[in-house]
Amino acid sequence: MNASAGSPPTIEAVGLTKHYGDVHALAGLDLVAPAGSVTAILGPNGAGKTTFIKAVATLLKPDSGTLKVVGIDAIAHPEKVRRVIGLAGQNAAVEPALTGRENLVMIAKLFGHDKKAANAAADIVLHEINLADDADRAVKGYSGGMRRRLDLGASLVGAPRVLLLDEPTTGLDPRTRIDLWDSIRALVHGGTDVLLTTQYLEEADQLADHIVIIDHGRVIATGTPTELKSRAGRDMIEVRVRHSEQLDEAVSVLSTLGTEAPRVDVPARRASIPVVDGSSRLSDAIRIIAEHGISLDDIGLRQPTLDEVFLALTGAPS
Amino acid sequence: MNTNTIVAPPHPPGVWITATTYAGRTVKQFIRTPQLLVVNAVTSVMFLLIFRYVFGGALQTGPVAYVDFLIPALAAVSGLFAGGAVGVAEDADSGLFDRLRSLPVPRHAVLLGRSMADTALITWGTIITVIVGFAVGFRVHNGFAPAVLALGFCVLFAASFSWLQIFLGLVSGSAQAAQGISFSVFPLIFVSSAYVPVSSMPGWMQPIAENQPVTAMVGTVRALVLGGDTEALLGHSTTWFIVRALLWSAALLVVFGALSTRRFAKL
Repeated sequence: MNASAGSPPTIEAVGLTKHYGDVHALAGLDLVAPAGSVTAILGPNGAGKTTFIKAVATLLKPDSGTLKVVGIDAIAHPEKVRRVIGLAGQNAAVEPALTGRENLVMIAKLFGHDKKAANAAADIVLHEINLADDADRAVKGYSGGMRRRLDLGASLVGAPRVLLLDEPTTGLDPRTRIDLWDSIRALVHGGTDVLLTTQYLEEADQLADHIVIIDHGRVIATGTPTELKSRAGRDMIEVRVRHSEQLDEAVSVLSTLGTEAPRVDVPARRASIPVVDGSSRLSDAIRIIAEHGISLDDIGLRQPTLDEVFLALTGAPS
Repeated sequence: MNTNTIVAPPHPPGVWITATTYAGRTVKQFIRTPQLLVVNAVTSVMFLLIFRYVFGGALQTGPVAYVDFLIPALAAVSGLFAGGAVGVAEDADSGLFDRLRSLPVPRHAVLLGRSMADTALITWGTIITVIVGFAVGFRVHNGFAPAVLALGFCVLFAASFSWLQIFLGLVSGSAQAAQGISFSVFPLIFVSSAYVPVSSMPGWMQPIAENQPVTAMVGTVRALVLGGDTEALLGHSTTWFIVRALLWSAALLVVFGALSTRRFAKL
């Protein structure tokens, strides 16, 4: 069953621009987030992610271009868009002096629920975000992760069709981040479309079925995580040679293993290359390098960094 | 129907629900944050006691006792001392305003709620001032009804000043900056008849002090509470003060209401 067949895209942006003085936060952004999907906007700091999500949330008005949210023109009818979205921003915008439940009931009323419906919505969400036991404690006693979960919950009490998450896990420790990912996954299981921004390739990979990479206010690549990673090279083999005169030889050995030219960092005596089927390529690399008599300080297999994805996709560092 | 799913609300909230929901949260925040509750009360009482006992003896207010001169003034300008701007800036900082602006609420109703809450909190401060005032010798000299009317005016002035504070909070950019900007209203308080008679100021300053909103508001409350003696001391009739105070209040409400609403829409 595909409930979204024939539905308008969750988000459809064409030629979106927004500038602050000389800074072009959005420089002609074209983007489609398909209906029924979790779309991640991935990019470095200052790429325009937050500006874009604020435009979708009707917090700012683009200078030009068109922007539709589930088919509604967000520039002409922002008040209609506000009825179908839920926003969780970069900060946990919850009130420390209120209890978790009071926070949710307040936002539920502001979505338009009457008192009874607001209480019911808060109850349901408290269970979904696993805060039922702490619901009647003041938020000032919550941990950072609990506050983020509550903030996420607050964006859901109005049963929005589109959930907007601006860097949902920035600043959280790894353990808490994984917990929050679980919460987000459980929530989106219910069928809410999600647009999220992140600086972390892994986060986009974990949560999204559609990734849009942006930089300097423009889209530079889109696709499923698998598509993008196969274009970017799934894993990187990285070596550091002991003697800098052997670096060139190591580079030529590495280049037989991947499809692209290796990246070389001469001062650090380091070379790396994206490869498919990383672990068997790694054993190949170790064997060939030994055959050539190259001495290494270090060799390893690692995930490509966001920089390397950029490099692979655009040929230029971010 | 599955009881475990939330049904989207049939229509967005109106002005009243929006304003009272946000106002309720803001009042709860104040009551449950001892720092806010205590610091505000202590600061205003401290000011009162310093002026009453430290400066009071040196200040000449003719036929009116200084404590009777001072307390109506403090009651009238409570709104300029209250930290409304800081609270507004904190809500902008914390991301709460972004969330509220993403909700299907009438946006001006959010600020209306803030003004309602701040007016209530300022009035609370006014009542503390009056109670402490009574304890240190202040008395009403013009009967009960005018005194109640004077308190009503204090609430109106509180509402007007709350919009000034909202505007300052919105333009400040951060809670810390808002704290600093709050001091910018001090000349408005001191270059007025609030603490000393205008006639004691240098000649060039008198027209400024005489014609600014605080003097009109303070004069209104004083004249209503103290009656005839004050009219003689201040050189104007009660009506003269009331008309000016009403005009100033309306101007503050309209100007800062409009500026704040515009600013909030574009944050």
